[in-house]
Amino acid sequence: MTHPARILAPLILGAVFLIAWEAAVRIEGIPSYILPGPILVAETLWSDGPSLLGSLAVTLRITLAALAAAVILGGAIAVCFAQWRLLEVSFFPYAVILQVTPIVSIAPLIIIWVNDTFASLLICAWIVAFFPIVANTTLGLNSADRNLAALFQLYGASRWQALRFLRLPSALPLFLAGVRISGGLALIGAVVAEFVAGTGGTSTGLASRILEAGYRLEIPRLFAALFLLSLSGILIFAALSWLSNALLKRWHESALPDEE
Amino acid sequence: MNANGTASPIVEVPLVDVRGIGKTFRTGTVALSGIDLTIASGAFLSLLGPSGCGKSTLLRLIAGLTPPSEGRIALHGVARGKIGFVFQEPTLMPWATVWDNVYLPLRLMGVAQGEAAPKIEATLAAVGLDAFASTYPRELSGGMKMRVSIARALVTEPQLLLLDEPFAALDEITRFKLNEDLLTLWQAHQWTVIFVTHSVFESVFLSNRIVVMTKRPGRIAADVPINLAYPREAALRTASDYTALCARLSHILAKAAQ
Repeated sequence: MTHPARILAPLILGAVFLIAWEAAVRIEGIPSYILPGPILVAETLWSDGPSLLGSLAVTLRITLAALAAAVILGGAIAVCFAQWRLLEVSFFPYAVILQVTPIVSIAPLIIIWVNDTFASLLICAWIVAFFPIVANTTLGLNSADRNLAALFQLYGASRWQALRFLRLPSALPLFLAGVRISGGLALIGAVVAEFVAGTGGTSTGLASRILEAGYRLEIPRLFAALFLLSLSGILIFAALSWLSNALLKRWHESALPDEE
Repeated sequence: MNANGTASPIVEVPLVDVRGIGKTFRTGTVALSGIDLTIASGAFLSLLGPSGCGKSTLLRLIAGLTPPSEGRIALHGVARGKIGFVFQEPTLMPWATVWDNVYLPLRLMGVAQGEAAPKIEATLAAVGLDAFASTYPRELSGGMKMRVSIARALVTEPQLLLLDEPFAALDEITRFKLNEDLLTLWQAHQWTVIFVTHSVFESVFLSNRIVVMTKRPGRIAADVPINLAYPREAALRTASDYTALCARLSHILAKAAQ
């Protein structure tokens, strides 16, 4: 497909959707506390923007801190798993348990146990975000080319050299794919944790603004906050995709330009 | 070193000494049994056999990449890192440039980049890749990737070079060219070469000794000296003594594969 079509096609689809939405709201006379039209949402975004952005900053701080912790700790856990097989078989089932337990159900406990709000929200978001990095990186570290590994053996490479020059580079594409998934999950984790904390009235992030707007039937503001959340998620995903592409473009199939 | 400890200037000490080697995989498959093989220093020996006869396994055993189930293998005076191995696939690191791929063996042996540079450049020049040092493998053709793989095996100045059907996946023109270039390099350096192949024509063209193996479990069916003079050039491929040897080896191989 040609380049302009790739950008134009989704833009046109989006514009058609917004026009239809606005038209439906006006023609049917739907009240704004049920469904505000996109123009009203945009106006609310403009007028409430500064205060909403302050709350967004709180949520993003938690998101990015959780993502950073997931990258560092998740990567380190995966390397330990790959270096010591016994660690992997011992701990992996528990990592899975942590992953499949819904965060909404353990968030209240964490918020009770950890006094500091920021720290408790960070832990919740981290629990949601770390698993894809651990799972992907472990898989990547264990899927280095067998014959290349044989060459390392032939030249008497140490475990450290095999890790540094063979297993880590082999794992990089899968690690980066994991980071991309974790970026979105960190945001979800942060918002879910804020929702739980917000019911206790201890948070000022964007999620608590959504809750508050819902209680007060300020639906245009709720939509404006939702828009900011989605936009943040998209920007995080785009930034991580760009990073992945930049790191892999010289050699990995996933980042190669289309054949002309 | 001689077994009785006395130096003997007349009897040539073999570089590779394979005694009673057998290999049974964990699945119970007997890949090799009762292999005895002595290889003199400087030989160009081909292991010729049908697919699945265990010739690649024998090569991996000699390299020390897998342990034998029975018997023993002695490499006399081959220092660490002085074995080069070339696989059927180029087996390059896709994330590294040609230069870094060729640097790998030296890097693993602790040679600093600056110290290794002259060797790497000389080896790249020897295989005709000096213009591609900063290229990534994906930008190279199949034949060029195989040249990088050979350069990587040669950069440590090996005493023993093991090649496992290295040209099987290449087109004939590229294969012939690489055959000739490999021979030129071998004549200049006189490493000992063990070359695994299933091609009669390739083995006769390259080697001065061909060991034919039977189908699984692999045994040695015949040990044939090839007394064609070096240097061997493209014209040899149509010479009558070459074709006669090929016919003879084809006959032996056909019987071994039964």
